[in-house]
Amino acid sequence: MSKQINVALIGNPNTGKTSVFNALTGLNQKVGNYPGITVEKKEGICKLPRGVKAHIIDLPGTYSLNASSLDENVVIELLLNKNDKDYPDVAVVVSDVENLKRNLLLFTQIKDLEIPTILAINMSDRMAYKGISLDIAYLEEELKTKIALISTRKNTGIDELKELITNYKDLSVKPCLQASEIEPTYFNDLRKAFPNQLLYKLWLVITQDVNFGKTDRQTFEAVEDFKTKSKADLKRLQQKETIKRYQFINETLKAGQTIDLKSAKDLRIKLDRILTHKVWGYVIFAFILLLIFQAIYDWSSVPMDFIDSSFASLSEWVKDTLPEGAFTNLLAEGIISGLGGIVIFIPQIAFLFLFISILEESGYMSRVVFLMDRVMRRFGLSGKSVVPLISGTACAIPAIMAARNIESWKERLITILVTPFTTCSARLPVYLIIIALVIPEGRILGLSYQALTLMLLYLIGFGAAVGSAWILNKVLKIKSKSFFVVEMPNYKMPLVKNVALTVLEKTKAFVFGAGKIILAISIVLWFLASYGPGEDFNNAENIVSEQVASENLTEDELHQRIESHKLEHSFIGIAGHAIEPAIRPLGYDWKIGIAIVSSFAAREVFVGTLATIYSVGSDEEETIKNRMAGEVNPILGGPLFNFASGISLLLFYAFAMQCMSTLAIVKRETNTWKWPILQLVIMSTFAYIVALVAFQVLK
Amino acid sequence: MTLAELKRGQRGIIVDVSSIHIPLKLLEMGCLPGNMVELVQAAPFADPMYLNINGSHLAIRKETAIHIIIETVHE
Repeated sequence: MSKQINVALIGNPNTGKTSVFNALTGLNQKVGNYPGITVEKKEGICKLPRGVKAHIIDLPGTYSLNASSLDENVVIELLLNKNDKDYPDVAVVVSDVENLKRNLLLFTQIKDLEIPTILAINMSDRMAYKGISLDIAYLEEELKTKIALISTRKNTGIDELKELITNYKDLSVKPCLQASEIEPTYFNDLRKAFPNQLLYKLWLVITQDVNFGKTDRQTFEAVEDFKTKSKADLKRLQQKETIKRYQFINETLKAGQTIDLKSAKDLRIKLDRILTHKVWGYVIFAFILLLIFQAIYDWSSVPMDFIDSSFASLSEWVKDTLPEGAFTNLLAEGIISGLGGIVIFIPQIAFLFLFISILEESGYMSRVVFLMDRVMRRFGLSGKSVVPLISGTACAIPAIMAARNIESWKERLITILVTPFTTCSARLPVYLIIIALVIPEGRILGLSYQALTLMLLYLIGFGAAVGSAWILNKVLKIKSKSFFVVEMPNYKMPLVKNVALTVLEKTKAFVFGAGKIILAISIVLWFLASYGPGEDFNNAENIVSEQVASENLTEDELHQRIESHKLEHSFIGIAGHAIEPAIRPLGYDWKIGIAIVSSFAAREVFVGTLATIYSVGSDEEETIKNRMAGEVNPILGGPLFNFASGISLLLFYAFAMQCMSTLAIVKRETNTWKWPILQLVIMSTFAYIVALVAFQVLK
Repeated sequence: MTLAELKRGQRGIIVDVSSIHIPLKLLEMGCLPGNMVELVQAAPFADPMYLNINGSHLAIRKETAIHIIIETVHE
């Protein structure tokens, strides 16, 4: 048995690094987190020629080894730590043939770390189109490496890359230039002070921002005594270093690369003329958003109805088939109903992630960043805040993490604080079921009222996010240097495999992540609803029979009365009645109250909770929606879910901060409990007031 | 003149960048003295600016562009 080869994929963003990772590992991959931080860690296994296996790790995209974000810092921490179990035996630098010059900067830095390095030049299918030709033998010689010309789109060159990885021991570990020549005395002193350390490694440790992590603390502290340069001097040196590297790269490419501009075609210019146009750019962006919402609503209704009725039948089947008893009831009423409440949203969540990943993959998202920057800045946000705000429509957790590429701390903090206002997929279940109950069917200009209501709720979410950003921008007194650099990548046809994998993986994460919470809450709720203290619950049969003795009820009606009496006096009923005074002015009964309270764990619990509460004691096979439509307001009479209480609920869910996972992420990203607690209190109070006003005005 | 004054479709050569005001990341993306820069597209009010620097396409704000000194190229 030979040991696995550790391979690290490193590269600039937008070079198709993840496509290379997918091509090497196929479905043999797993996504997790780096210990202690929320940076996504992708790793997988790849079978190489001659029975060798490789453990591949897809490192976060970075432009250089000088980290300016938490994600980039992961790359440096790994490459500087030889004792890490993932420390690469070989590094594969993935680059884009059209941006070779810039991509090689990172390559020369990796070479300086004396790690065996392969240069994978991706998108080679574009070479003819762009009039690029490369002298591979010359480049391999100058860059002291082996080159694999690959195209993940055309699926070429992957076998050659695997072959190179297998033979990694033949790779040179010599740097391709002497960066220390920029200031020989300084680097000589450094070398003398730490003779056993790699010079470039020392230099990286000195120049990294210590805020980021624990990069070889010991070395760093030892270096502190030696350090004779001010921050400004160091930065000047870094600039000199960068110039030196580019000189080398420019010279190498002058001889090793020819670009025939006459035969080059450029789709980018034509597309950008329209897509980033001062007027049309915005019109097209609005149109794309509208299309997405209409699609999510219309396309997913068929599979959703199917799932809803399937779960209702399954629950019925379990009740009929298994022997009667507490376990059967728990299974049928608690677990299956609760799970149905989450599985039903898979179609919509999958569609949402599909659109977001297409926007990202195609390169269009960067154009949106460019278009929106000036508008967003007025509200104290950055153009880059658009990415969190749009991906917040899927889930606030990855969205808040996406705020990491915002360079200014104030803009980033405001983005983090307001992102939970955007309508995340967990709100969708609540919206959909309430819209279906209280908004009439029918169409205007081909758009259904229900879809328009949903669109309006999304707009309210964005409006709340932007409005509160504006207030925060005025209130927060944070001085932070703001700068803004965003790459405008080439337009690309999204790769089906990449999009499919993203959708699959994100949907899975959502279902399992939320599924666990929902399952647990469903079980707890079922117990609380099925048992109760005192006479009123345990002696319900006799009490109800006596009360209604004169009413001449059928057996079914009597049974119904007994069950609802039991539910009212169960543990959950008692708790629900306790909070009822607070929510009655909003138009809700105690059952909705319980659902709202349990939603503070996660919003999507709402539907599952109501499903569990309503199905306890109900015998008939019914969908969640029908059960809710049948509920009657105990005080006002009429359907419990009417226009006024429905709108009030929609608005409450639009504004309230009900997601423990989001609060935990905000705490991690801002490093204090102050911000998540403020979010929880302010958002939820605001939600209560708005819902109250809405119900009182509309009722 | 500064990069902020560049018109759409015009090209220039970067002469100097004030390293205190310019983030290292921008330098690493190719914004260095001697490199060619072209304004590809400007958002409303010419801010941010969509540039082609040394073959790299990127967008920066006007407030950053005023710290980059260029010389226009006449073609």
